[in-house]
Amino acid sequence: MNKVKDLLKTIKSIRFTKWQKMIFLIALIGLIVSAPYIITDNYILHIVILCSIYACLTLSLNMIIGWSGQFSLGHVCLYGMGAYITTLLMTQTGMNFFPATILSTAFTSGFAMLLCLPTLKLRGDYLAVITLGFGEVFRLFLTNSVSITRGPAGIPNIPDPVIFGYVISSKQAYFYFVALIVILFVVFMKRFNNSGFGMAMIVVNEDDIAATALGINVKKYKLLGFALGGGMAAFMGSFYAVYMGMISPTSFAYAESIKMVSMVVLGGIGSIPGSILGAVLLTALPEVLRAFSEYRMVIYGALMVVMMIFRPEGIWSRSSRMLNEYKIKAFENYKKK
Amino acid sequence: MNTIIETKEVTIKFGGLVAVDSVNLVQKKGEVLSLIGPNGAGKTTLFNLLTGVYKCTSGNIFFDHNKITDLKAHERTRLGIARTFQNIRLIKSMTVLENVLVAHPDCQNESLLKSVLSPGKANKKRREVVDECMELLKIVGLEEMESEMATSLPYGKQRLLEIARGLATKPKLLLLDEPGAGMNNFEKEELTDVIHYITQEMKVTVLIIEHDMKFVMGISDRIIVLDHGQKIAEGTPAEIQTNPRVIEAYLGSGEFKDEEDK
Repeated sequence: MNKVKDLLKTIKSIRFTKWQKMIFLIALIGLIVSAPYIITDNYILHIVILCSIYACLTLSLNMIIGWSGQFSLGHVCLYGMGAYITTLLMTQTGMNFFPATILSTAFTSGFAMLLCLPTLKLRGDYLAVITLGFGEVFRLFLTNSVSITRGPAGIPNIPDPVIFGYVISSKQAYFYFVALIVILFVVFMKRFNNSGFGMAMIVVNEDDIAATALGINVKKYKLLGFALGGGMAAFMGSFYAVYMGMISPTSFAYAESIKMVSMVVLGGIGSIPGSILGAVLLTALPEVLRAFSEYRMVIYGALMVVMMIFRPEGIWSRSSRMLNEYKIKAFENYKKK
Repeated sequence: MNTIIETKEVTIKFGGLVAVDSVNLVQKKGEVLSLIGPNGAGKTTLFNLLTGVYKCTSGNIFFDHNKITDLKAHERTRLGIARTFQNIRLIKSMTVLENVLVAHPDCQNESLLKSVLSPGKANKKRREVVDECMELLKIVGLEEMESEMATSLPYGKQRLLEIARGLATKPKLLLLDEPGAGMNNFEKEELTDVIHYITQEMKVTVLIIEHDMKFVMGISDRIIVLDHGQKIAEGTPAEIQTNPRVIEAYLGSGEFKDEEDK
């Protein structure tokens, strides 16, 4: 275990030069572009796309749990809201995917803030229970308001997104689309994490009394954390809707929230690579274990228990934040003087 | 006219307990004022009232002649009241420098849109912020340890780091809650130098809670003594040392004793 820790430490301490970064970036782009040609099996491509969706969802939930420090068990509410609003706008008004997504993302962000308002004073378990309630209420709303959401039947035939006249409909096209979204999300989270705003949010997360003593408005950061996470989840919900072509309340059940929380906790609370790792592992693992049929949930469960015993802070914990670029970039300049 | 902070009949009750009982306090700009008193006298509670952690049951607080009684804690910090904590409250997952950075108003005010869309532009401001924060670390003598985790520092250095962090909020008034607790004599001398530098060079007024009498008598211009939430005496160190009420309430016996004897 110590060897693994040392290895992780050395990996984290590596700093790349500009050229190495460029080469890495080109290799990454090459890999993404060639991936659909290498993976010819549509099923595997589908799993890869699902992994990407969950990676983004985990990042969005990590924004709420890991950065703004609010343990939410109702993430599916924001995710589903994004999916349903986009779908309704597209099927009812014939709007294109992109404006519909922008609208639903904005609306869900606002709604997330509203949800957060009454829970500002709650912490830990209490907040978890309340958010769990939000998730359930939302699912029941979807199931019962048949006139709007068609109830348990769901909404089928969601049109494909059109970008500059090109219709994204094949698995390959969706793969490129989701790869772009993942890159955007990671860049956003990284820059957010390295910004003064992100640092202030970490202070709020760790110690709100110290935060107020430093002039940080705790309420503002908690609300914005929820809004950002909610917006990101809604965006992914919209993507999920057009990708699947059909949505129903069962896709947004309570188990989905738990799955996302497991991904956050397993990967590492407040860590960007951790979120992606957790999402990929927990999405791919049940598929890989399919060969063991009835034993797969046992193996899956045992693995979670082992993880929690040996690495309770997650596979890739927050300590990677020591490489904060806000500090490093500015500090290198300080040393030159 | 040049008072920095003034309380008028400030009172706070927790249920039946009157923790701070109509305390009047006036501090002039540039003056080093100390609050002393036995354990549970209400010193830290008074600090919490001044910084807005608690709301007072009655009475008013004025900062720079402006009423701040109803302002929230973070608003008071922005006006220029900074503090340190008795039980150190540094951010555990951050390095020494980052702990000071997050207190800097320019770091907190950095717009998210700017730092996400064009971090290159934000970097110029960041350099200035880092430079300023490194200056503050130099004052407390921690500039060599900037990249260590805050909690890996020895206890005394953590207290100094809290002072640096307080200074980063650009305060006019700095409240130090037992800055010397857990420090050895050498570290206390260092602390004395730091406080002198803060008051004389940086023109920041300092209000101190401290138990070490030698330290308090050496550094204070004026002392206020609290006991059971009430102000029982006020005056220069020499006056306080001979005040019979203080000796009775705070020191118990008839003569002045060192901290070790308590």
